[in-house]
Amino acid sequence: MARSVMKMFYLALGAVALIGGAAIWMARGGSGGSEGVTSVSSAALASVGEYEGYVEGSDSAPVEVVEFADFQCPACARFTILSGSDIRTGLVERGLARWRFHDFPLPNHQHAIPAHHAAACADEQGQFWAMHDQLFFNQGRWARDSRPTRRFREYAQAIGLDVDRFEACMESDRYRARIEAGKNEAVALGINSTPSFLIGDIVVAGALPYDSIKTLVEKAAARAAR
Amino acid sequence: MIHRMAIATLSLVGLLVATYLWLWKLGFLGVIVCGSGACETVQLSAYAEILGQPVAFYGVVGYLVLLVVSLVGLQPRWVDRIGPSLALLVLSGGGLAFTLYLTYLEAFVIRAWCRWCLVSAAIILAIFVVATIGYRASTRNTSATHAER
Repeated sequence: MARSVMKMFYLALGAVALIGGAAIWMARGGSGGSEGVTSVSSAALASVGEYEGYVEGSDSAPVEVVEFADFQCPACARFTILSGSDIRTGLVERGLARWRFHDFPLPNHQHAIPAHHAAACADEQGQFWAMHDQLFFNQGRWARDSRPTRRFREYAQAIGLDVDRFEACMESDRYRARIEAGKNEAVALGINSTPSFLIGDIVVAGALPYDSIKTLVEKAAARAAR
Repeated sequence: MIHRMAIATLSLVGLLVATYLWLWKLGFLGVIVCGSGACETVQLSAYAEILGQPVAFYGVVGYLVLLVVSLVGLQPRWVDRIGPSLALLVLSGGGLAFTLYLTYLEAFVIRAWCRWCLVSAAIILAIFVVATIGYRASTRNTSATHAER
């Protein structure tokens, strides 16, 4: 076969690889560094305070990280499973950052709102983070269950909640409006994927490894200290 | 060998699709670009992992092997041999059988369609068709060469 034809073929193959690779790289949402990081206007930032979410860590921590997550999002679960423990011990417990969980149930996840509601009901009994972990670590089970609320009941029992009170809360559906409001606030902020993180005045998307979160927190702390 | 070139190109596209799904499953991507949201239903199902590995991982390996074999088959030493054509036919046949099983699961068990999985199914089907044509062409060439001797 003519050498020139083969050369053209390899060039075309390289171009396909390059374009495809670039498309995947752009889809990753900056999970490795500063790519995908966007600044947020101060007006938009001011509106975040209206929805409190769930907070872990000291009020005096120099940086607050707001995590916009969906309990049924696989990447969010993977983030919590892989990085959650390191974040707690390395950043939150050391007083370097305060962590705020912001509900962002995606519309294409049919069990997301009940799951977020279960976490809100656990919060009534001071166990939001325990339920948070149960939901993420067991996501593969309840997410494909046709009746996930029975699983949530099991998790409530496992973390020592008053199950009757938990069930009454779930039946009341009283946190749905708040969860929806939290989602709308995230959309208004320009968040369009989960998990996304607001760290200081920047938003970064993707299931970031712990080291990336730590670096961004350190940079935000340095900016805040100036 | 136009067939092997076509298979190499299709395998590369399949490799990119499988890599995208695999990286998403590993949590390196945010929201999967799917349109209907059914990609996540499929990827979250009990059938999304085999032997502890995401199904997309097997796609990455399969397409990578097809790509390497087709590229090796284009080298001067191998270009006139039937071996690479046979290997491509067998490998793509295995890939197609695996894909048919996954498509059956989507249609009748999970009852949701992952568009990227359908793109991958179309690619492996196309590879199998091209590999079949390529193998038959190689067989004819080999017979003609023997006849000339």
